[in-house]
Amino acid sequence: MGVVRRRSGSFVLKVNPILCDGFGHCHELAPELVDVDEWGYPIVATEPVALSNSGVLQSARYAVRGCPRQALSIERSNDAEKPQ
Amino acid sequence: MISSGSLPRVLHGSEGRPLSLAQHEEVFIAGTPFNVMHELEHSGLTGRGGAAFPTFRKVDLLRLQRGHNKSVVVNVMEGEPAAHKEFALAGANPHLILEGAQVLAGLIGAKRILVCVARDNPTVVNHLSRAIHELERRSLRGAKIELHTPPWRYVAGEESALVHWLNDNESLPQYRPERPSILRVGHSPVLVDNAETCANVALIARFGAEWFRKLGTEKSPGSTLVSLTGAVERSTVLEVSLGTPIRDILAAGHADMAPQALLLGGFGGTWLHGQHIDTPYANEHLGAHGANVGAGVMAVLPREACGVYETLRIVRWMANESARQCGPCAFGLPALAEDLTSITHSSKDPKAAYERLQSRCDSIEGRGACRHPDGVIQLVRSALIVFADDIAQHIVGRPCTGTQRPKHTITIPSLEHEDELIWE
Ligand code: SF4
Ligand code: SF4
Repeated sequence: MGVVRRRSGSFVLKVNPILCDGFGHCHELAPELVDVDEWGYPIVATEPVALSNSGVLQSARYAVRGCPRQALSIERSNDAEKPQ
Repeated sequence: MISSGSLPRVLHGSEGRPLSLAQHEEVFIAGTPFNVMHELEHSGLTGRGGAAFPTFRKVDLLRLQRGHNKSVVVNVMEGEPAAHKEFALAGANPHLILEGAQVLAGLIGAKRILVCVARDNPTVVNHLSRAIHELERRSLRGAKIELHTPPWRYVAGEESALVHWLNDNESLPQYRPERPSILRVGHSPVLVDNAETCANVALIARFGAEWFRKLGTEKSPGSTLVSLTGAVERSTVLEVSLGTPIRDILAAGHADMAPQALLLGGFGGTWLHGQHIDTPYANEHLGAHGANVGAGVMAVLPREACGVYETLRIVRWMANESARQCGPCAFGLPALAEDLTSITHSSKDPKAAYERLQSRCDSIEGRGACRHPDGVIQLVRSALIVFADDIAQHIVGRPCTGTQRPKHTITIPSLEHEDELIWE
């Protein structure tokens, strides 16, 4: 998945609920980020995760690639770079 | 700004270099005593469709968008079944709506105005199509006005569903991760505004921000339309100044003056306890009780009705109106209705249902593509607070008397089969 140049900042995994079919592959691929509800639809963590947390980032990428409906995306924000 | 006594006037420029558009606007438009954009900003008008987003910010965002085929979409869908305000507005003065839309079109540089009226509402369609014909006969300048008539659904009035319909004839909400997002018809950005908002824009463009602010409160200026229904002599639409105590609104509408509770906003709104009827009707005051003006519905629940049962009926109807695109909404809302049913029929372990209801609310919230499930959750949560005593009674095993009462107080369009749920 290329070189990660910027290690500061954070990301959130986002699910498009219209596309999602609820088979729950993402829960298996990224259990740290995705929980499932009683109907099998993913509950994705809304807390931003630091990009430097490469283990979680890697599973997020697996989930994005493994989603059969391409419903997932990683949204980056570099709020950590901005001066407060 | 060029002061009145000074020269040059037409040759006013910036040292030998032609003015850029931004500079031109600053000198010639922003400084004029009656600049609509300026008036709109100072009027403090917020959208009257439910979200109460500042209209100026939305217009400003759209004004800076590129596109040579922008349009203004006027939302006259009357999504809320308990609301009649668009019916009243179009029946009173359809030209005010159209004029406001033309003003907005001028501000953002739109070529088309798409007026969307639910086809299930033929009177409103007639009023508006007649008004549009009248305008066309005078061949007024400005944007071309088209009338569109999508079929009525609760979610069809949601702005992204409306735009989806204009694009593909499908009244389904769209997933919009970024906010504020820009909706597009074809490739061109559109400004979607509610009919009441447009009418207010027309007034501001004619009479100015100061005039507009003479009514209402500092934070919620102007007037608003209230659709009063429920325990009232006759369902009516009243225009009230924002900040009017709710008691006065009820009195003006000949409503039950000692209600058990009020449903504010709409079916995705909140219950307000009857003891708070002296609260001024404006978001900053209602917020203290977790309520808001929303889409302007005010349904009066009389003392003898069961609030939990009324909530159940609304939730059941709302679950049916889900566009069923997103799992949490398509499965979650029927589940909420089921839990509420178990609470009202004490035979089905109401205590477990009560706890399940709360955890389901937390798990579903924010997980739909649109705000439809969030509205329902807001309603359920407020019901749990406002009708806490009733719920406690249900939980200890006293069944609801409201379920046996034949006459319901809040008019809900009938489900195909009122008692059997369509998803079963
Ligand atoms: S893998 Fe994709 S389709 Fe499956 S549950 Fe997760 S987001 Fe939904
Ligand atoms: S949240 Fe519900 S109403 Fe909104 S798009 Fe999803 S399924 Fe449709």
